[in-house]
Amino acid sequence: MMMSRGGGGHQNYDGWDNSELGSVYNHKIFVRLIPYIKPHKIQTSLAFLGMLSGTLTNIAIPPLIGFIIDAAIASSSVADLWFLSILFFGCVTINSVGTYLQSYYIAKVAHSMLVSIRTDLFRHLQKLSLKFYDRQQVGRLMSRVVSDVEQIQQVMTGGIIGSAADILSLVGIILVMFSMDWKLSIVSLSVVPALIILAFFWQKRARVAFLAVRSAISVVNGTLQENVSGVRVVQNMNREPENMKIFESINGSHLDANLKASRLSAGMFPSVEIIVGLSTALVVSFGGWLVIEGTMGVGTLVAFGLFVQRFFDPIRNLTMQYTELQRAMASGVRIFDLFDTQPSIFDSQTARPINNMRGQVSFNNVSFGYTQETTVLDKINIDVSPGETIALVGQTGAGKTTFVSLIARFYDVTEGQITIDGVDIREITMGSLAAQTGIVLQEPFLFTGSVEDNIKFGNPSATKDEVVLAARTAGIHELISQMPQGYQTLIQERGSNLSMGHQQLISIARAVVANPRLLILDEATANIDTQTERVIQSSLKKLLSTRTSFVIAHRLSTIRDADRIAVFEDGKISGLGTHTELLEASKKYRDLHSMSYLSDESATLT
Amino acid sequence: MKQKDSRSGLKYNLIIFLRLQKFLLPYKLDMILVYGFLGVSSVFVLVIPALLGKAVDIIQTQPNLESITLVALGIIGSGILRGMASYGQAYYSQAVSQKIAFDIRNLLYDRFQRQSFSFFDKTPTAELMSRATADVEAIRMLISFAILRMVQVAVLLLMVTGILFSKNWQLALVTLAVLPFIGFRTTKTSRRLRPIWLSVQEGIAALSTILQENLSGMKVVKAFGRETEQTEKFNQQAMEVYSRNVAANGEQAANTALMTFAVYIAAGIQLLYGGSLVIEGTISAGDLTSFIFYLLTITVYVRMIGWLGNVLSRAVAAGERIFDILDLEPEIRNLHTTYPNVIKSGKIEYDDVSFNYENGTPVLEKISFSAEPGETIAIVGATGSGKSTLINLLSRFYEPTNGEIRIDGTDIKKVPLESLRGNIGFVQQEIFLFSTTIKENIAYGKSDASMESIREAAKFAQMDKFISSLPNGYDSIVGERGINLSGGQRQRLAIARTILLDPKIVILDDSLSSVDTETEALIQNNLKQMIEQTTTIIVAQRIASIYKADKILVLDSGKIIQQGTHANLIKQDGAYKNLYQLQLTNQNGNLSTAADSNISEPLR
Repeated sequence: MMMSRGGGGHQNYDGWDNSELGSVYNHKIFVRLIPYIKPHKIQTSLAFLGMLSGTLTNIAIPPLIGFIIDAAIASSSVADLWFLSILFFGCVTINSVGTYLQSYYIAKVAHSMLVSIRTDLFRHLQKLSLKFYDRQQVGRLMSRVVSDVEQIQQVMTGGIIGSAADILSLVGIILVMFSMDWKLSIVSLSVVPALIILAFFWQKRARVAFLAVRSAISVVNGTLQENVSGVRVVQNMNREPENMKIFESINGSHLDANLKASRLSAGMFPSVEIIVGLSTALVVSFGGWLVIEGTMGVGTLVAFGLFVQRFFDPIRNLTMQYTELQRAMASGVRIFDLFDTQPSIFDSQTARPINNMRGQVSFNNVSFGYTQETTVLDKINIDVSPGETIALVGQTGAGKTTFVSLIARFYDVTEGQITIDGVDIREITMGSLAAQTGIVLQEPFLFTGSVEDNIKFGNPSATKDEVVLAARTAGIHELISQMPQGYQTLIQERGSNLSMGHQQLISIARAVVANPRLLILDEATANIDTQTERVIQSSLKKLLSTRTSFVIAHRLSTIRDADRIAVFEDGKISGLGTHTELLEASKKYRDLHSMSYLSDESATLT
Repeated sequence: MKQKDSRSGLKYNLIIFLRLQKFLLPYKLDMILVYGFLGVSSVFVLVIPALLGKAVDIIQTQPNLESITLVALGIIGSGILRGMASYGQAYYSQAVSQKIAFDIRNLLYDRFQRQSFSFFDKTPTAELMSRATADVEAIRMLISFAILRMVQVAVLLLMVTGILFSKNWQLALVTLAVLPFIGFRTTKTSRRLRPIWLSVQEGIAALSTILQENLSGMKVVKAFGRETEQTEKFNQQAMEVYSRNVAANGEQAANTALMTFAVYIAAGIQLLYGGSLVIEGTISAGDLTSFIFYLLTITVYVRMIGWLGNVLSRAVAAGERIFDILDLEPEIRNLHTTYPNVIKSGKIEYDDVSFNYENGTPVLEKISFSAEPGETIAIVGATGSGKSTLINLLSRFYEPTNGEIRIDGTDIKKVPLESLRGNIGFVQQEIFLFSTTIKENIAYGKSDASMESIREAAKFAQMDKFISSLPNGYDSIVGERGINLSGGQRQRLAIARTILLDPKIVILDDSLSSVDTETEALIQNNLKQMIEQTTTIIVAQRIASIYKADKILVLDSGKIIQQGTHANLIKQDGAYKNLYQLQLTNQNGNLSTAADSNISEPLR
């Protein structure tokens, strides 16, 4: 309800509902939140107890002040004055302790929930398969785990218990007022409907305005971020003046949105002040008349004055909480949608771990497509013996990377079957498969942390010696040793303090430490210069020779080195054999070969 | 940027504070309005309690309906006036602060855009973002609330103190005794809370980094089967944030409770003492009533003191960080006298050019060479030998430490940046595309380009077929929100957007490394045709890509150790010959993978 007007600019890139506001109460969401509250029963009760005592004493304070004034004036009794004052002190002590209990324990509970929901979400995200990640933007998932969960935490902290306190206050105040003097109550409360209507309409319009501000600022920040990241291109292409213009206009719409919201939020003050002033005036005139008539004490008049002053806060809070609750519900829907996304790849009931893998890999009639309509691999058949090195060649888009992704079970085959040592990989536990498969990706991904931690990523129990050995194998030991902190040097976000080539070398070392039975190199040396590659040549060769390996490469020497070469063409293996065999048998291979080969011209130069 | 020692201290902070006030200058009139409204609303804040007390007295001493009605009307009138004034105050202060935030953001954006590459090399994006977001917000808070509130608190306190003392000094003392305590406590608590909140922020940032890395690097996590460990790591950090949060919340809850308690205690004492004064007949019940209302009214403002201190110190710190950027003159900018139209044919001369990093490490040493119009210059050398730096100097992305670079005889420092960069088509090594349509990405340097010329450029880069096959064609969005392009496709888009500019000079910084061999051959062919009229610099690692160049420069540790044609260079003993033989032997069937046969240029 009411969500369509909010903010504008929410597009569904991922098929999820990204609206800011949901219905105010969603039973399913509440039910699913209960398990997160359950472990904190005692603390939650303490918070409610605190809220109850805090609110009740808060209601009691104005009448007490009234009584004291009446006691002091009417009966001129010092004893009453003392008695009532002590009562007052007791009341405020309970009030303070209650307030403390409420805010401390509810924050504690809400933050515990935050941790549990976040960790559960994180755990769940780890299980989802790459097919899911292909379709998702990291930014969007981040905002689920960060902002949406926080929204729920905030509503837990302030919203639920705060609303309960507000309702209690309102009811309490009205009851006390009526018990003190019903006539004056009716007169002074006559403004309340006006307050409620005002709050309601204001809230409705303000919400739209604030959502507009939020989406405007995210556009400003997005533009800024992109331009800072892309500043090298901006300068290269002389785009500064143009971009400045664009930014000024985006920045300007943010300003407009803000000014509109400011007008609204500022507009609240006079209306409330006037209504409260009106009510106070009614209390004074009508109440004054009652006092003169002798039907009411002057203290009651003061108490009513105090009540009127604190009447509007709960009403405004409630309307604000209403919006917050709607937002939390929308967040809740998104969070639990994510929880309900089932991983498409998981261990089957009958899956067993594979121990001491020999490394015999077979593809039997394997077909695969990322979507139902497309076919990336088409009826692939290949048998690879333990220890064999297979080179994969072919144009971009021929299916080489997809082929190796299937071996690592990043995706499940659409048709056919892949077996390792004769066992269907869907019957092998994912953990044991990952433990014995090493993969060096085209784009090396390093984590923030020390160089050592990164090399140990796949095998945290590796010793320092093993790490150094792996670094030597990858030809990066010298470089690491020259770094100021050696192996403890911190790698910055996305490895930005290392060149692409060095990142690749570290990711090779990472695969070496894991000591896999099955090794996949996906253009692992593409960014490494000739000299360095020369250095790591023999160690890489040793690495490949002792285990089953799949190597995607463009470089002919790597290719020729393999036991067999698979030529990929439009999702099929169009040729399979040694270099010499393929030169004879495969036209595609000959083409590729002549393309990437120094031909006669250079030969004459020698 | 960080010489903290010399810059701390009251005087320095005051300077920052005063400089911040300068942002208000264009909005003088609005500010006068704001302060006017502030004065009016402050007065009426106090009029209402006074009137309430008056009403009580009237009822007590000379009951008469007319005067009560008068007081009641007075209350309504004050409510209206106070309401209007607070509207004016709230709206205009918000508006001014928003306009200033707008101004600062524009200034920052402009400054960012004009910094040299060395600035971005040493400043992470997140750092710049936080200045443009959090720091601007901190200043906005100072302007919209803090400055005003400070004035308001001071004015109200003075007025209330005056009124109370004029009525009954003993009761005034009792009433006000609690205020210094409240002010002191809140200031102290907020000072103590600040580092805790900061550490919460840091904790959350660390948590986000773990999350983001995990999501972006999911393939690696899965490939190594590290899901459990990653979850543990995440949970640990989340718990860390939790404990900091709970600590901060506990402190805050305790403080709020204590403050409320203190006010109520003061009210209680006021009642007890004031009540006995009423019994004695020293003061009237009405006086007591207004005392109580005064206390409750000003407490709200006194409790703001701690918060104000916080906002102020945040804003001064933020101001410092923003002035750091605003004061930073771009290292590379146009000279006063420039010669706009000097680039005609594209002759390039490097004359004794050296470049050092800021810490003095030399990157390039005494580089001299020249390229005639239409020539192709190739640069080879190992990673880190200075190839990229060498060509970046030509577009003035960095400034040489020594020496001079000339194009068509004019020192490039004297050429306006726009004209210099407009004549150089530079395909950078790392390709950055903008999250907009393919069309706009290609037309990035020439937003008024016709669709035809955009297609031409795409055809040149062998991208037209692919783009046309997309459901939205040239209107497909690139990047996170749209289609994912492979490394080769990105490089080809970058070539297309450069070609569209029809530059006099083309620089290719390893720009075809991810393009497959067949496609590369086609692009090379196109380039060759174009290269006839343009001066070209190609950076590459493979001899096959470059051996046809008119001149080959061999770079080693920032020096040109050899230069000449391929034919000359392979006759001399030296690095080039070694490289050549290394690559050639590998071609001849040596088992090594060292040589790269993924040659960037088909030599047929």
